[in-house]
Amino acid sequence: MANLNEVDELSGVETTGHEWDGIKELNNPLPRWWLWTFYLCILFAIGYVIAYPAFPGLHGASKGLLGWSSRADIRQELSAAEQANSEIVAKIRAAKITDILANEKLRTFAVAAGASTFKVRCATCHGSGAQGSPGFPNLNDNSWLWGGKPEDILQTITHGIRDASDKDARTSQMPAFGHDKLLTSDQILAVANYVRQISKQDADTALAATGAKIFTDNCAACHGDKGEGKREVGAPQLNDAIWLYKGDLNAIIQQINNPRQGVMPAWGSRLGDVTVKELAAYIHSLGGGE
Amino acid sequence: MATTTIIERQDVKAINTGAKAAGAPLYKTRTKIFPKRADGAFRRLKWLIMLVTLAIYYITPWLRWDRGAYAPNQAVLVDMAHRRFYFFFIEIWPQEFFYVAGLLVMAGVGLFLVTSVVGRAWCGYTCPQTVWTDLFIAVERFFEGDRNARMKLDAAAWSFHKIILRVIKHATWILIAVATGGAWIFYFADAPTLLKSFITGQAPFIAYGTVAVLTATTYVFGGLMREQVCIYMCPWPRIQAAMLDEDSLVVTYNDWRGEPRSHGSKKALAQGLEIGDCVDCNACVAVCPTGIDIRDGQQLECITCALCIDACDSVMEKIGKPTGLISYSTLHDYNHNLVLAKNPTSGVIAPHRIRDASGEFISGIRHFDWRIFFRLRTLIYLGMWGLIGIAMLYMLMTRDRLQLNVLHDRNPISVKLSDGSIRNGYTIKLLNMVPEPRVITLSIDGLPGAQMAVAEMPEVQGRSADISVDPDKLRSLHVFVTQSAQMTTVGKVPFKITAHDKQSSEQATYAAQFDVPGAKP
Repeated sequence: MANLNEVDELSGVETTGHEWDGIKELNNPLPRWWLWTFYLCILFAIGYVIAYPAFPGLHGASKGLLGWSSRADIRQELSAAEQANSEIVAKIRAAKITDILANEKLRTFAVAAGASTFKVRCATCHGSGAQGSPGFPNLNDNSWLWGGKPEDILQTITHGIRDASDKDARTSQMPAFGHDKLLTSDQILAVANYVRQISKQDADTALAATGAKIFTDNCAACHGDKGEGKREVGAPQLNDAIWLYKGDLNAIIQQINNPRQGVMPAWGSRLGDVTVKELAAYIHSLGGGE
Repeated sequence: MATTTIIERQDVKAINTGAKAAGAPLYKTRTKIFPKRADGAFRRLKWLIMLVTLAIYYITPWLRWDRGAYAPNQAVLVDMAHRRFYFFFIEIWPQEFFYVAGLLVMAGVGLFLVTSVVGRAWCGYTCPQTVWTDLFIAVERFFEGDRNARMKLDAAAWSFHKIILRVIKHATWILIAVATGGAWIFYFADAPTLLKSFITGQAPFIAYGTVAVLTATTYVFGGLMREQVCIYMCPWPRIQAAMLDEDSLVVTYNDWRGEPRSHGSKKALAQGLEIGDCVDCNACVAVCPTGIDIRDGQQLECITCALCIDACDSVMEKIGKPTGLISYSTLHDYNHNLVLAKNPTSGVIAPHRIRDASGEFISGIRHFDWRIFFRLRTLIYLGMWGLIGIAMLYMLMTRDRLQLNVLHDRNPISVKLSDGSIRNGYTIKLLNMVPEPRVITLSIDGLPGAQMAVAEMPEVQGRSADISVDPDKLRSLHVFVTQSAQMTTVGKVPFKITAHDKQSSEQATYAAQFDVPGAKP
């Protein structure tokens, strides 16, 4: 073997026989520190495959003497986090929503927890910033269909709106004035112009004057004499700048003709007391809470 | 007669002799080095520097500094848990870490400066590896004796006496190593508290782990590996070559006056041979902590500890020759003197060429001149070093201790309220960077008619609010700014949010934007 490779003249060291463009590799011994590190790595590797999961099998990898698993690690971390929060969660469970908001520590925790639940459960309809979209109310503003006090918000989230599965759900129904022929299309046009007028938008004043009478007869019972709305029945305020289904003439006519009735699920039974309280605290903190 | 003095010749060979010769193996087993004790000016300087540097290292965490009731009273403290760094009167927040980066840049430029002036002074005097190795060798010498005694003990068969000496030596080394590793952790927590909890076993695992690792490295590097760290592990010997020039002071064997070497001057003189000053006593090799022969010239292994200068000078004094056969010298001077000493035709060094009739050096011989310190290179390094220092000092003196950060809500950017007015939300972060509680007045400037509300403080109304911020803390608030429909202009309207401390009249201003949706008219 030794005779196979030539010996380098200058250094007197045998070459490995590898050659690249005339450059030959000397077969120098490995540095001792390198060799020992290598042996130590082998020793470590043997210890490692004994102690930790290593060999793949038909039904999962070998368990290893230490019985370590990443899932167990995660479970442990999660339960530790739960344990760490258990005290404050118990306080939130026992406290009323108003007391939670009055206590800085509880409020901070509840708002943060509510924000994360909101992203998962509520953002689908209300938007990730709770900014809403036509048909789904913006929760940042100060216009509330069913009330903006903490306990009102909590009630709405817990029991939902027009959710048939919850007997305490908030519910109401606006008549389909056009579809059910309660008003003629001329009357609807007039009352729509009146609604535009009281919300300080451009309107045909002559039609609006006719519409005022129709409004008092047909709409004021729920929406109020001046269109200020009625939260007991979830009737929106009409003389303001906020529109659930847009405020242009066509949208208003459409809503009078055949109203859409928004539905929100009852979350109380799905998420539990603590989570809905946290959600209510978060919604209340968005800036429109009363 | 000076020549009657008997100079003991050391039987020692440089460890790197023949290392570069053809056929030498790439890997060489370590040659044990038993540095002999040296005495002289440089050795005394090294003792002093060792004392000062070790004292700084061990004592600093125990210095106290009163910062009032709201901040730790440890003079130097790296508070990882609270993300604060304290250095006497300076407190640094994580975002001010560039001061530390600046210090590191200064340390780097300072190292260049020192190296270009006096070569590897860092390696020879202040590098922790050098200081601790020096200390460990001193301990070794204290228990086992000087070079010859240590060599004898090393070669001797194992006996009770040898075992006892070795156990004592290693135990002392380990004690020093534990103290070294132990001192490190006190920079990261209140030292007295940590010491107590460390001794009673209550300290966090990281403390014990750190001490264990640093104990091991100190013991292994200082006691066992020593010069091998400098020669094989440290990158600085490789980099230093770029930092030196012909005017840098480096430890030099002045062969122009040393050669030819004589083993016995009497014999040589009797034979009519011309001899240089070097008596080939090998004292310079025997004291070398990296085991080299400086007479082979500048080399990577030389850490310029200058102990060979001490050793040689004491020999020169004994034999009545001028000191400085080995000296700090520049390559320029050395080359100049060498040319003078060499016979122009044969190229052989001839001692008589540099001496006059009385044996004194001729006037053409160049000696150390302090003016070599002032060269373009060193002045540029000094200028850079000073400029960075002054800039940092200026920034430190004028830095804000009240800061204001404003993050405009992005989702939604703006909200239309029931009466048509527009509301924008901002997350406002007030940084009270002094260890005292403060009341900061937050106000909006511009944006006519706009009102402010704070989510966390329902009582706030109007255009400003007094906000109390805990000492050395950040307070984050969600602030709503609302402008009525009549006052709004569509688009991004600039305005200012201001934080003001009435007591110190410190002020921070943030240029914010108020977003009003809609098509521009």
